[in-house]
Amino acid sequence: MIINAIFFYLFAGITVASAVMVVTAKNPVHSVLFLILAFVNAAGLFVLLGAEFLAMILIVVYVGAVAVLFLFVVMMLDVDFAELRQGFLNYLPVGALVGAVLLAELLIVVGAWAIGPDVAKAIVSPIPPSGEINNTQALGLVLYTRYVYFFQAAGIILLVAMIGAIVLTLQHKPNVRRQSIAAQVARDRASAIEVVKVKSGQGLS
Amino acid sequence: MTIGLGHYLSVAAILFTVGVLGIFLNRKNVIVILMSIELILLAVNINLVSFSSFLGDIVGQVYALIVLTVAAAEAAIGLAILVAYFRNRGSIAVEDINLMKG
Amino acid sequence: MYEAIVILPLLGAIIAGVIALVGAHNRYPGENPPPPDDDHAAPPVPEHAHAAAAPHAVAHESHEHPPAEPSAAGSLPAEFITSTFLVIACVLSWVAFYEVGFEGEDARITIFSFITSGDLHSEWALRIDSLTAVMLVVVTTISSLVHIYSIGYMEEDPYKPRFFAYLSFFTFAMLMLVTADNLVQLFFGWEGVGLASYLLIGFWYHKPEANAAAIKAFLVNRVGDFGFSLGIFAVFYLTGAIDFDTVFAQAPSLVGKTFHFLSWDVDALTAVCLLLFMGAMGKSAQFLLHTWLPDAMEGPTPVSALIHAATMVTAGVFMVARLSPLFELAPDAKSFVVFIGATTAMFAATIGLVQNDIKRIIAYSTCSQLGYMFVAMGSGAYSIGMFHLFTHAFFKALLFLGSGSVILAMHHEQDIRHMGGLWRKIPFTYAMMIVGTLALTGFPFTAGYFSKDAIIEADDVAKGAMSSYGFIMTVGAAALTSFYSWRLIFKTFHGEPHDRHHYEAAHETSKFMLVPLAILAIGSIAAGWPLLGLFTGEGALGFFRESLKYAPGNTVLESMEHLPLEIALAPTAMMIIGFLVAFQFYIRRPDIPVRLARDQHVLYEFLLNKWYFDEIYDFLIVRPLLWLGRVLWKGGDGFVIDGFGPDGISARVLDVTKNVVRLQTGYLYHYAFAMLIGVAAFFTWFMFSGPH
Repeated sequence: MIINAIFFYLFAGITVASAVMVVTAKNPVHSVLFLILAFVNAAGLFVLLGAEFLAMILIVVYVGAVAVLFLFVVMMLDVDFAELRQGFLNYLPVGALVGAVLLAELLIVVGAWAIGPDVAKAIVSPIPPSGEINNTQALGLVLYTRYVYFFQAAGIILLVAMIGAIVLTLQHKPNVRRQSIAAQVARDRASAIEVVKVKSGQGLS
Repeated sequence: MTIGLGHYLSVAAILFTVGVLGIFLNRKNVIVILMSIELILLAVNINLVSFSSFLGDIVGQVYALIVLTVAAAEAAIGLAILVAYFRNRGSIAVEDINLMKG
Repeated sequence: MYEAIVILPLLGAIIAGVIALVGAHNRYPGENPPPPDDDHAAPPVPEHAHAAAAPHAVAHESHEHPPAEPSAAGSLPAEFITSTFLVIACVLSWVAFYEVGFEGEDARITIFSFITSGDLHSEWALRIDSLTAVMLVVVTTISSLVHIYSIGYMEEDPYKPRFFAYLSFFTFAMLMLVTADNLVQLFFGWEGVGLASYLLIGFWYHKPEANAAAIKAFLVNRVGDFGFSLGIFAVFYLTGAIDFDTVFAQAPSLVGKTFHFLSWDVDALTAVCLLLFMGAMGKSAQFLLHTWLPDAMEGPTPVSALIHAATMVTAGVFMVARLSPLFELAPDAKSFVVFIGATTAMFAATIGLVQNDIKRIIAYSTCSQLGYMFVAMGSGAYSIGMFHLFTHAFFKALLFLGSGSVILAMHHEQDIRHMGGLWRKIPFTYAMMIVGTLALTGFPFTAGYFSKDAIIEADDVAKGAMSSYGFIMTVGAAALTSFYSWRLIFKTFHGEPHDRHHYEAAHETSKFMLVPLAILAIGSIAAGWPLLGLFTGEGALGFFRESLKYAPGNTVLESMEHLPLEIALAPTAMMIIGFLVAFQFYIRRPDIPVRLARDQHVLYEFLLNKWYFDEIYDFLIVRPLLWLGRVLWKGGDGFVIDGFGPDGISARVLDVTKNVVRLQTGYLYHYAFAMLIGVAAFFTWFMFSGPH
């Protein structure tokens, strides 16, 4: 149990700290790197909770894809070091107040909650004990049977996102040479070959 | 000490707040906003998974998986929009984004 | 027959009106007529008073003005048709007078059912009794004579059809008034004559003074009508009916009843009579509501003769007589009537002493004589008041029409200071004016002698609270009346002509004008002694029968017969005194009045300016009302209603949208901030509203 607590506090602390650094770092590349750190530690938290599949997915998808994407864009856009502009201070009091209010409310809820007595009966899909099936299998058992529609919908969302990203950012450069395979394959003798009678010793002119 | 559900939820709450604050307190550029959104979604995920773990219901993790998917898609689109905007305006500083001024 | 009497003038009015409208349309098809210039060359040639202005260069008036605009088409048929109808109506009225008065054939002719609303049923009916017959005779006779006179007087005026239409319409309204069987019908006639008066005073509407005078007449009348309407409402409230038969039947049961108004208990009948009398005060130009009558002289002279001498202004007197059953039961109201009448008689006479416009002198004389009539009414001698109404119509119309003849002879000159020595030039008019003046001042055996002296005697024997006051005032006013009437004659017809130019050009006017004068002169003499038996003493009760009510304690008519000789001769003595003083002032020693005016400067100005009533009213009433109107308009209407209503709402909408637009900054983080605040607020509300 004690190991549990130590690791929990470790992971949680670093997550929160790096989250704060994401928001406050001057260099945007640093922000992205701190985001990556936050994700990794959140994955650690997930492992502590017994959801190892999700933890690995977090690493693979979030860190491996999303954060890298962020990095690409940051690099590509040539964003400067941002100076802390003067207007920041205008909003700080109100913003901090609102944020504090929000946090306080969230914590009040956390402190005052109690799990209702009927919740145990409302469990939809009980987790099988981890001795028999591991987390991945358990997820798989549920995901492709009961929640297959959500799964497919998520796939469609990803498809839409992909198309949308291409649509938004594709630019045809004017002087880029492209291949048109169909045109190449459809070439016929008449347009490709020209027979020229050449006098000996004269060559083509 | 036993780490209970409350601890995990508190962490999620703090992350959520940080993300929210990051959206409007930042004066640097729009990428930070997108990253703050990711933080918010991460906080939600932590919440879902911790409930799933403590209640013994796998549904929470399924939901977290879907949220993950959506978050990734949304990040991609957001960045695409950003890139397109940058190409048109040449700046992604938050203060320069006022084309929607009514 | 009675319907014919009432309808004929209306027909005449309609025909003449159609002629006028068609003619106007043909003259100016489809466009507005151009406004005329203000100088004499433009039509119509107005009768503007030179009274106040110093006699400026009158060279431009020396030549004859040809009519600048030809008479309107159809003038001749308009004149003659309306006059003929009126003459027929006049003849029928005399027949009616004989039948109703002597044969005793009262009539009540229903024309149609008028109001049926809840418990109120009233019909449009003609009530013909002796009182009505007397008024019919007066109205139609004077009106027909005025119509004929106007054919001559308005000869140069291009708008004759309109004039005759208005005259006939007025006659119709007046006849409606006198034949009314219920209060609302009477009010209809009342308003109708007010309207006709407005139209006729403002006949020359291009003149701003005429317009102002017409509006003034209408407005002051309105004040009286307000009281009259309240009186009608009170009668309805008390008796539940408005027709005379029902009201009079119920009147005795209302004696001593009070109704509660604000925090006072007022005696019902007194209040009703006072309110109704307020209408009479307005219509008959009594003290306080008299200001319109002198200004009404802006209208043409025939109008002044018909409306403001003989008929409209006597409508108030007629109304009091008609409502005699009510007035007899309200002795306080009667005293008030005497008070007002006597005050008017004296007050108007004092002003008439110093006026310089010939028509205004006669106008104030009318005002004063109306006061006499009300004194008679208030003393309970209703028939005597009617007697004076009858005779006064004749000699006052005679005086007005005669003055019209003088004015035309002097080529539209109205200031008596510019006249003089005319008796050689227009002898017939002079003779007629003398007859009229004799009648007015009460020279023995003229009609005015009998009626006016009868009033003074009646007032002496009456036992009302104000009777002695009334007696003193009327006797005093008799002296003043004599003085100013003779002053007018002397200054106009005697002495040296002050304006030689006009004097040389003066000549008698057309026959159309002179014949009515003669007829009226005959009436001024002959309407007295032969009719004495009908209007006074025992004969009056027999003649008027039910149309005039006398309360049991009202013994005025009999007591009058037994008066000491001094009282009977007092008015005659006053007349002689007035004549002698006027003779002294204006024939023998013309410098005395000039010196007197100079020495008694303040008193002279006070009288000349009509006791400053117009100025007082302007200060007390007109200005505050205009101020209030402006405040309510700018402040109330403009600021409050428009401000909180359409303008205010649209301005607020603009304000709100301007401020809301400021939220659309275009900055992303502003929007995000707004979202955050929304989330926080929602969250808080959710938390505190408890689980549901």
